[in-house]
Amino acid sequence: MSDLGRPLGGDPSGVLDETVRVAVPIVLIASVFLLFAGHNAPGGGFIGGLVAGSAVFLRYISAGATAHGGVTRVPFEVLLGAGVLLSALTGVASLVAGDGFLEAWTFEEDLPVLGTVKFTATLPFDIGVYLVVLGLAVAVVASLGREADEDLAPVVEPDEVER
Amino acid sequence: MTVLLPLAVVVPLVGAALALVVSGSRPVQRAVSLVAVTASVGIAVALLVGVESDGTAAVQVGAWPAPLGITLVADLMASLFLLVSVLTVFFVLVFAIGQGADSRGIFHPCYLVLTAGVSASFLAGDLFNLFVAFEIMLIASYVLITLGATRAQVRSGMSYVVVNLTASTLFVTAVAFVYAATGTLNMADLVGRFAELPDPLRAAIGLVFLVVFGVKAAIFPLFGWLPDSYPTAPTSVTAVFAGLLTKVGVYAIIRTQTVFDLPELGGFVLVVAGLTMVIGVLGAIAQDDMKRILSFHIISQIGYMIMGLGLYSVAGLAGAVFYVVHQIPVKTVLFLVGGLVEHVGGSGALARVGGLLHRVPVVAVLFLLPALSLAGIPPFSGFVAKLALVDAGLSGREWVIVAISLAASILTLVSMTKIWSGLFWGEVTEPVRDGTGSLRSAHLMVAATAGAVVLTLAIAVAAGPLFELSERAAVELLDLSPYVEAVMDP
Repeated sequence: MSDLGRPLGGDPSGVLDETVRVAVPIVLIASVFLLFAGHNAPGGGFIGGLVAGSAVFLRYISAGATAHGGVTRVPFEVLLGAGVLLSALTGVASLVAGDGFLEAWTFEEDLPVLGTVKFTATLPFDIGVYLVVLGLAVAVVASLGREADEDLAPVVEPDEVER
Repeated sequence: MTVLLPLAVVVPLVGAALALVVSGSRPVQRAVSLVAVTASVGIAVALLVGVESDGTAAVQVGAWPAPLGITLVADLMASLFLLVSVLTVFFVLVFAIGQGADSRGIFHPCYLVLTAGVSASFLAGDLFNLFVAFEIMLIASYVLITLGATRAQVRSGMSYVVVNLTASTLFVTAVAFVYAATGTLNMADLVGRFAELPDPLRAAIGLVFLVVFGVKAAIFPLFGWLPDSYPTAPTSVTAVFAGLLTKVGVYAIIRTQTVFDLPELGGFVLVVAGLTMVIGVLGAIAQDDMKRILSFHIISQIGYMIMGLGLYSVAGLAGAVFYVVHQIPVKTVLFLVGGLVEHVGGSGALARVGGLLHRVPVVAVLFLLPALSLAGIPPFSGFVAKLALVDAGLSGREWVIVAISLAASILTLVSMTKIWSGLFWGEVTEPVRDGTGSLRSAHLMVAATAGAVVLTLAIAVAAGPLFELSERAAVELLDLSPYVEAVMDP
């Protein structure tokens, strides 16, 4: 095993851990950028969510399943549920407003300080997708990753303890 | 009324999301689930009433016009199936809560996603969204079928997943064929364009779709996965699968074959129908465990529904539609009774359990009513359904399939008698394994089963008006102009 990475179940490696600490916020900002860019450029909720998910995996590689709090402490059930809820309710909101289900509307206004703000109904829908994909990454780490860590943890032989 | 179409899909989906968020608390989850499913029942009732009086309803999601956008359509067949399905989903949910099958936090979310997938399949107005709806339903079913994570469940779950993934791959491929040939996937748009294709191409595409949905519906010879995987899952899961999933496959077969308008495949479909009936029922006779017998009966009964399609007449399709309406609750309730038998006797094996008639007479009654209906004994709903098909077969001069269907229903009666004499008559045996020997802790399960039995009896009582609706649905299937009009120029 190399000294650079953390062997599954092994102790954290200082170099990797510090690199990841720096990388995670940058990755998360990039994911949010992609989320917003997605309206009329490559990106969107799914891609943004995947990039944010990669931050979760980076944390897992450097520090193990228990340390995913470095990215989010929210349980994956809540992330997944909130994401689906947000996307579905976006559709229902247009119904309530008297339009068709999921019919998109645009909000464009000149606001003080912020300048012209343009906002479309696809944004909350996309944020929902983002949360679902992120939740999936957290779920993978929490269920598969934790088990892999436990299975592969170095077994301490009884005679080693005695010594 | 068009508001109801997206709501029929979104309400269970929102329920699933809420159930995920509150997965820490079982009582809250149960409340969320019950509210979502009850609301779905209400939506389905309102939809059927609306479609019955105002005709086919269509909605373009996101207001993108057909054939580009996502189209949801409710005609009589779809809204009838939707209502029976969500009612069944409701009773099984109550049963599952009574049984404690929801001990894992993921049960309720998956169950509601499954419901949303089933609703979306019935309402999908184009082939690609039909595919998406099937996938929503199937992915939830993959989780549910392996929920206990026992060795047997994972083994048979694997073959279930592999078979369904293969069929899904073929499904997308077939969708691509249709798009390449016609340039559209919207079913209403397809009606005109498909007719312009050369005959061999039409027949080929029709056959590919028959294979795709034949796997999902478990018709001969594509049924091998079903009796292998269903019996190992928890009772409430098997019950809802048995009632719904194969019937969604049948729905998709009827829908696509009538949109493609392929009466020339009728003879072939009849051969498949006859073989499905006979092989299924013979398989059932060879089994000696209640759930396994019932699993083979699912296959056999699918044959009858396909027979109605093969006749390709108003009478035949009306028989098929009514058969599905009758079959969804009957099949489900028989599996629920299987769950009660296992609860009391500890096993569903005919050799190990006996004398339940003396121990729990209620369960015997709850079994007898739907079992007689399944075999087609008057005055139950199964009799009406079979009579309609036989009548349609006779007027279509298809003597062979009529004879086969009658023979298969006698054999159905034989295997129902086998369950009856094995489990309910004979020596009173001591419960094996973790059988409780009584129904003391199972009031909710009994109530849910009884409710579902009442639903099957209600179908028998309302057979007249229901059959009339089925006939109107069949007329709509053979003359799709109201369907096309509702979608293309609202």
